Amino acid sequence: MQIYLPIAELPVNIFLVLGMGIAVGFISGMFGIGGGFLMTPLLIFIGISPAVAVASVASHIAASSFSGAISYWRKRAIDLALAYLLLAGGIVGTAAGVWLFTTLRALDQLDLMIGLSYVTLLNIVGGLMIYESLRAIVRARQGNPVMLRRPGSHTWLHGLPFKLRFKRSMVYVSAIPVWVIGFIIGFIGAIMGIGGGFLLVPMLIYFLRVPTATVIGTTMVLTLVTMASATVMHSATNHLVDVVLAFILMVGGVIGAQFGARAGQKMSGEWLRLLLGLLVLAVGLRFAFALGVRPDDLFSIRLVEGAP
Amino acid sequence: MTARRFIVPALALLAWLAAAAPAAAERLVVSLSNHRVAITSNFVGEELVLFGTVERDAATVPRRGGYDIVVTVTGPRQTLRTRRKDRVLGIWVNVDSRVFVRVPSYLAVLTNRPILEIANAETLRRLQIGIDNFLLTQRIGADIADTVRDDPFRVAYVRLQTQDRLYGEIPTAVTLLTPTVFRAAIPLPAEVPTGNYAIDVKVFADGAPIANTTSALEIVKAGFERYVANAARDHGILYGFATAMLALLTGWFASVVFRRD
Repeated sequence: MQIYLPIAELPVNIFLVLGMGIAVGFISGMFGIGGGFLMTPLLIFIGISPAVAVASVASHIAASSFSGAISYWRKRAIDLALAYLLLAGGIVGTAAGVWLFTTLRALDQLDLMIGLSYVTLLNIVGGLMIYESLRAIVRARQGNPVMLRRPGSHTWLHGLPFKLRFKRSMVYVSAIPVWVIGFIIGFIGAIMGIGGGFLLVPMLIYFLRVPTATVIGTTMVLTLVTMASATVMHSATNHLVDVVLAFILMVGGVIGAQFGARAGQKMSGEWLRLLLGLLVLAVGLRFAFALGVRPDDLFSIRLVEGAP
Repeated sequence: MTARRFIVPALALLAWLAAAAPAAAERLVVSLSNHRVAITSNFVGEELVLFGTVERDAATVPRRGGYDIVVTVTGPRQTLRTRRKDRVLGIWVNVDSRVFVRVPSYLAVLTNRPILEIANAETLRRLQIGIDNFLLTQRIGADIADTVRDDPFRVAYVRLQTQDRLYGEIPTAVTLLTPTVFRAAIPLPAEVPTGNYAIDVKVFADGAPIANTTSALEIVKAGFERYVANAARDHGILYGFATAMLALLTGWFASVVFRRD
């Protein structure tokens, strides 16, 4: 069944888009990531212009992370104090990212910059996660499980001042690295047009030693707030949010996220991290492939905003 | 006697008219099946039909080769950048680009046979008939001009637009129902841009243009699609809040529906 999208200005198959929403929603519920880094390329692939895709995906992510956040809230797996502090850094980071975005766009090298950041970030993050989780799994098999948070295994990050106690997460760390992580996520998110959940999850786990269970719920709250505000900002400035497209994605996304959240709760932390690592690496390699292989068509057309 | 006195100059006048201004002899009348295409939620593309007739009168000289019809439909103008990738340090990067200034977003050249059979290349070029002869202005430094037709950027631009079915030459789209009555099918793909379209119809006989006329067409969003598009454009912030609320509502609703504990 085809439906015409009023802002994207093309007809799409309703069931195809719904299916994409469910699939990405499942992944986002399972790992506590927004899934923007998967959904945006998928939408561009079915012919929706990148600008509309990025803008509409934001509201889809807001919906699935809200439904996911509610389930985690009921399971008391959200650390609001941590989320507030991350948000404080995130807002400043977003502003800085938007500024760099505008500058790079003026230089006409934005596409390359986005492509290179995807390749670098996804491959490094994916590779590290796979390495770490495999090591944990192997050790667990040998009957020698390692706790991620061994008593006394503090890094230099834990020696910084302004220490705060995050009760729900059972960590006692300085406010500085938390704020900095929020800033980095906001900054990268604004440049790459993603929520940054896939970066935040490993950062909270490895740098701050937050337990995997609370990481996912907390990340969802952060993603919810940033993506809801991104929806409003995109609507106010670019007028490119397609509410029909967004609604189909949302309905699929929230259904998928429910099942994903349950699947995620059943799995052990190491396996969850291994799967997320594989997924992130796969997307990263896909981007590397696109940059390194001669494209089918060397030419491409892009609409220039504001015809003279 | 008196009748004869009038007939001779009248015949002479007709003969002079026929010889001096053959182009004025035929008149072209066209009618479009629909001047306003409404895009609603089930729009998947459409085909418009243009009917036309070449009106002759008693004075019209007979045409040995019959008539040829050329219908050129141009969509709203837009400015686009065509980019070319090249390998730099092992990765494929956009290295070069050209800006096409105010070129049609849609361009269809519909004829009853291949355009090169209708008129010679010089005439076609002068009248801008066919995509190769259509003026596609590029910004070259400070100037704005068209380039040679085999310019790689121009070729690539036309090829990409043709792939998206927004540009095209269809030498079978015009059917001559009788030697003077014709029917032209204008294909509008699903991705057709909204706005005002211009239709230019030319009649050729023996390789020369003899009559032309114009018509217009408007493609607009209608109903719900129009409402949404207007809301997004005119009340951006409100629209954004409404979309965000919709997202929260959908998320909340799902968590209630799927609640198991």
